[in-house]
Amino acid sequence: MTTPQTATAERSFWIGFTILAALILLVLPLMLDVFRLNLVGRYLTYAFVAVGLVLCWGYGGILSLGQGVFFGLGGYCLAMFLKLESSTPEATAIQSTPGIPDFMDWNQITALPWFWEPFKSLPVALIAIVVVPAVFAYVIGVAMFKRRVGGVYFAIITQAIAAIMTILIIGQQGYTGGINGITDLRTLLGWDIRTDSAKTILYFVNALLLLATLVLARWILTSRLGRILVAMRGKEDRVRFSGYSVANFKIFVFCVAAAMSGIGGAMFTLQFGFMSPSFVGIVPSIEMVIFAAVGGRLSILGAVYGALIVNWAKSIFSEAFPELWLLAMGGLFIAVVMAFPNGLAGLYSVYVAPMLPRIRAWAMSTRGLPARDTDGQISKPGVTHAR
Amino acid sequence: MFEGYTLGEIGSIFAMQGFAGLILFSVFVLMALGLAIIFGQMGVINMAHGEFMILGAYVTFVTSNVFADSMPALFGGYFFVAMVLAFFIAAGVGAFVEWAMIRHLYHRPLDTLLATWGLSLILQQIFRSVFGAREVGVTLPDWLMGSFGLTDLIEVPINGLFVMALTLLISFVVYLILFRSRWGSQSRAVVQNRAMAGAVGIDTGRMDRLTFALGCGIAGVAGSAFTMIGSTGPTAGQLYIVDTFLVVVFGGAQSLLGTIASAFVISQSQSTMEFFLSGSMAKVLTLLTVVVILMLRPQGLFSLKLRR
Repeated sequence: MTTPQTATAERSFWIGFTILAALILLVLPLMLDVFRLNLVGRYLTYAFVAVGLVLCWGYGGILSLGQGVFFGLGGYCLAMFLKLESSTPEATAIQSTPGIPDFMDWNQITALPWFWEPFKSLPVALIAIVVVPAVFAYVIGVAMFKRRVGGVYFAIITQAIAAIMTILIIGQQGYTGGINGITDLRTLLGWDIRTDSAKTILYFVNALLLLATLVLARWILTSRLGRILVAMRGKEDRVRFSGYSVANFKIFVFCVAAAMSGIGGAMFTLQFGFMSPSFVGIVPSIEMVIFAAVGGRLSILGAVYGALIVNWAKSIFSEAFPELWLLAMGGLFIAVVMAFPNGLAGLYSVYVAPMLPRIRAWAMSTRGLPARDTDGQISKPGVTHAR
Repeated sequence: MFEGYTLGEIGSIFAMQGFAGLILFSVFVLMALGLAIIFGQMGVINMAHGEFMILGAYVTFVTSNVFADSMPALFGGYFFVAMVLAFFIAAGVGAFVEWAMIRHLYHRPLDTLLATWGLSLILQQIFRSVFGAREVGVTLPDWLMGSFGLTDLIEVPINGLFVMALTLLISFVVYLILFRSRWGSQSRAVVQNRAMAGAVGIDTGRMDRLTFALGCGIAGVAGSAFTMIGSTGPTAGQLYIVDTFLVVVFGGAQSLLGTIASAFVISQSQSTMEFFLSGSMAKVLTLLTVVVILMLRPQGLFSLKLRR
């Protein structure tokens, strides 16, 4: 149904989307050198996770403290492929077992483990980037949501899963590369990913994928599914009594968020040439929540800005005042919860958005044009589109 | 796996691992008791719980230094002073945090989680600025050092025994406070039915603050006890937080007895497995088992029968 309000919301989303697209596709690439642009690319990979969190936490009411696991799974899927590609028997001739990744050789492993075998093929790896996190999320989701476990318990269990995953990756270093992760990734199908031009191209691939993710998220939220999510967050029981399977919707949105995180992780691996357990554990996972919270837990565009701003501040702070960063981060967590729970997007809609019509009216009047009505939209009575 | 061992040696190995498990059990109980009060009873997710323990540990560290410098004659007894100080300082900080932050967030549990995580980061940085990034350890008084041998193969460290005795004592005191004192029954009344508790004249806001402070104080004592068996660093608190929450949730959040039982199960299985597997795999397997059981039985091992 298109009402004047949803039409305005629709329009303001697309305006915001265009501004964001212009920012990450034009402004930032023109302003920054390759090194800084690469850093922005890194922040944008976190934005995938943040967008996923807006869907499942902001709209679905499911706070997952284990999104780093999915980020890591996606990243590792691609890293395994890239590692195998660079571990040709010729390149690894000095090892006691040529043709397997170097860290396996260091750990006295003499044959490629079975779960590495499928990752010799790029299509399999690419599918795995999305499917592995989604399937893992599905298993967790079915186990938890079918038993109506939610809220706090879900958060604690996902956090425990993040901890288990980190310990497992670090402990099994022969199979996973251990605490250093899978490093020294050089080429993708023979294309050197370490050059400046490759990094620039990958930045744009990353940015376009993120924009596509945003469109997908927007589509999910404006569909009937999105409304059920909002309804569930408000009064879960009523949705259940209305005949909807609450668990299935939660599982779905959790899987979507996981898949998005997986794509982000894979793009991270491509742009930085490594993946390590330091993106999987409790601390990175909860930091990803703060990106979404700062941007605004109900705004998918805000999530991107949240990821950009928090990480940008982090790199500025930790370069200049390393000891202040944790204090600032801690203060940010507290402030975002206590003072502005809807984040930047909330501040925008409370303080900036109401001024826009006035600014527009003022701009029009200075140019001698008649001002339009307050929301700039002429509603057409009698024309409603039932879905 | 057991080739070359005699039956007696295998028995000794299990006894030693069992004892190591008992020490781990004491540690888990100490960590979890405070959280069981805050999370289980009040429903507040305090992610800074680990930092309250570290606060207690640093208080002990400072006290031991003060005693060593100014009254070496009394050094043997510093630990008891430190424990009391740790309790009151952690409880005081806890009461302040409740007043400044938590009381505004009781109806938003997930947000409490984020806010207390922020608090934990701030506390970590404060610890790092004050005490440095390196781990510190306390000097044990003479009477806590060494071990005595039960048989030729089984040796029991004294500090481990002391921590175990301390755990028993603290659990008993918590039981007395919560279930045998007037204050405890008021506190439980607030937890069970806030409106009715208020209606019969209990100051619910004050009870919340004191209950939270009690939980934090116990965390401080736990941290104080940890200095007996390990060193303390500014980020050590984060290492405990997952274990602690799992212990509390696994035991059934509302039940203190369940918390103790689950601490026993988790610690024994972990320390027994540690002998057969590497430490990290033992931990993975234990945590994974707990998580899977929790997925199958979300209410935990011991749950009160409540009408929801």
